[in-house]
Amino acid sequence: MATSVSASRAAKTRRVIKPSRGWAALHLAELWEYRELLYFLTWRDIKVRYKQAVLGVAWAVLQPVLTMVVFTIVFQKIVHMPYKPGVVNGRQIPYPIFTYVGLLPWNLFSGALGRAGTSLVGNANLLTKVYFPRLIIPVSAVVAGLVDFAIAFVVFLVMMAVYGIMPSWHMVWLPLFVLLAMAAALAFGLWLSALNVLYRDVQYIIPFLIQLWMFMSPIIYAPPNFAKHPVLGFIYNLNPMAGVIEGFRWALIGGVPPNGMVALASAVMLAVLAAGLGYFKRMERTFADVV
Amino acid sequence: MGTVSVRIEKVGKRYHIGGALQRSNTLRDALVAAVRRPVERIRHPGSATSSNEDLWALRDVSIGVEEGEVLGLIGGNGAGKSTLLKLLSRITEPTEGVIELEGRVGSLLEVGTGFHAELTGRENIYLNGAILGMTRAEINERFDGIVEFSEISRFLDTPVKRYSSGMYVRLAFAVAAYLEPEILLIDEVLAVGDAAFQRKCLGRMEDVAEGGRTVIFVSHNMQTVRALCTRVVELSAGHVVNSGPPSQVIDDYLKLQWGVDGVVQWEGDERPGDDDVRLAAVKVLGHDWQPTPVVISSQPFRVQLDVDLARVPEGLTIGFDLTTSDGTVVFRSYQTDPSPEYWPTLSPGRNELQCEISANLLNHGRYTVHPRISIDRVRWIVHGGAVSFDVHRDPGESINALVDKPGAIAPLLTWRRGDEQP
Repeated sequence: MATSVSASRAAKTRRVIKPSRGWAALHLAELWEYRELLYFLTWRDIKVRYKQAVLGVAWAVLQPVLTMVVFTIVFQKIVHMPYKPGVVNGRQIPYPIFTYVGLLPWNLFSGALGRAGTSLVGNANLLTKVYFPRLIIPVSAVVAGLVDFAIAFVVFLVMMAVYGIMPSWHMVWLPLFVLLAMAAALAFGLWLSALNVLYRDVQYIIPFLIQLWMFMSPIIYAPPNFAKHPVLGFIYNLNPMAGVIEGFRWALIGGVPPNGMVALASAVMLAVLAAGLGYFKRMERTFADVV
Repeated sequence: MGTVSVRIEKVGKRYHIGGALQRSNTLRDALVAAVRRPVERIRHPGSATSSNEDLWALRDVSIGVEEGEVLGLIGGNGAGKSTLLKLLSRITEPTEGVIELEGRVGSLLEVGTGFHAELTGRENIYLNGAILGMTRAEINERFDGIVEFSEISRFLDTPVKRYSSGMYVRLAFAVAAYLEPEILLIDEVLAVGDAAFQRKCLGRMEDVAEGGRTVIFVSHNMQTVRALCTRVVELSAGHVVNSGPPSQVIDDYLKLQWGVDGVVQWEGDERPGDDDVRLAAVKVLGHDWQPTPVVISSQPFRVQLDVDLARVPEGLTIGFDLTTSDGTVVFRSYQTDPSPEYWPTLSPGRNELQCEISANLLNHGRYTVHPRISIDRVRWIVHGGAVSFDVHRDPGESINALVDKPGAIAPLLTWRRGDEQP
């Protein structure tokens, strides 16, 4: 007992606080030190969400399923949206599955982006009362979306069973696209959350932004043919979610395999993420004074 | 002893208060301001220098704290106490200077930081523990102690939104009490909870300090500071103005705060108040009804408030709190306390209101009168400023009463046998 006390005394940490200048270092080691707090904040977000909702977990099922039903009625029965059904194991993919597979990564992304964007202001009481790496807040907001995603994914497997379709072996690539969707949400979420501390109207922009973004992503439609509009096509492909959604379809129900554009969009997105981290770190030290 | 555990050197923290007024709260304002700023600069060259928009909440502060010391930070509102704790706990960064900390820092600037109303007591212990910097293993280890300390074991699995405020505070403080860092920063959190629980918390804090940990403690309650701290630093307007043994620094501080000659007067716009109501003077009148800094306990004395009225607002209440030197309120009195037919009439112009305090009521020692003027249940007009005076207890004829007595007051009361008819 005595030795353990003296050992902990010897291992006493020394910390120097002084004004930081310019673009601060990322301190990833510190983020690792606080991993348990990340776990607890994520756990809180998930727990509270399901406790407060009357429907609880059912909500995570209803939301994508109802969206799928509405899309199917509107875009198949009323408007005849052309889509290229993939063929998996000799079976054509029906529209509900086609659009549901698009909704899987989209809901993960849009939910995470919305939560991350308002996360700092929503946790103002923590920012002004206790220290921890501020990055934990938007990261936990993004990670918390994984539970909804997992539930929606189980529903997908049930739907596939009902339609009698076997997913293709490309499914092993799925985690990569899940990671890309989360990285994209974090990349833009970091910018929005830090800006929202300074300018509160950012939180009104976020839902609007997400709505526009949805129509720019191939959820209700298949990737269009941009042969006649190369510029438009380039812009369309810069949307990281276009690549992620097509990647999901390819991995789960067959479709166009990801091409070089996905790599380019991912590279652009990673650049946004890196710049977002830098901006966030730069703003971090004033959050408590401004929020 | 002798090992420095916290070293604060030439630390300063600047806030942009001009920025707070003109700060762009919306993106549109920011864009407008970005366009306007260069235009303004051309129109009024040199007018908007940054210096008059800056406020130094702390400047040139140097303090060394040794291991095992309990340092009290005192000072009026805006002295910079809380800002200093925020710098030490890394919530915000210093603008200049260096702080060195030897050991893990735990800060308690609020009880129940991050508590979530929907979560149960058990869940909140883990969440709050993690937020305060404990690992899951540490929380598991201390869990039973925390539950026992908080006295809420029966409600452990009830959402805290159903807790009474007392239970909530007890649970929150229990988690904090089991935070065992080498350096503990505490801001005024003992002002919550009932007296018995407060005592328990103070006991726990004393144990922490005796265990060789360093504590830095901010409080407005001089009694607590006196009881807990081994050294006190007084801050004023962001500077260290006094430092030393608790009783010395606290006495100097209290003397400096309040006039001690029995009178405070204000002239013109200096008079506290608003357009209708202004306080011109607060006086303590001895038994000859002349202002005095010393009253004798065996004689009645009066507190006089001179109030200037432009008109007589409805519901105007004029009164004061009488406090002991450590801030404990002895009583509060208003001119409207008796039934309305006994209220003194108020008229436009100067009103000299006197309140008589009976003989043989107060104890030996220093008391302070804090005037309070308000529109009843609507708003405060005057609330602050004060006059101190000393009471010398005249022991009277009884020999036993010669000994100093404990207590905020020392009333002379009647004693008789229960079987005698009065």
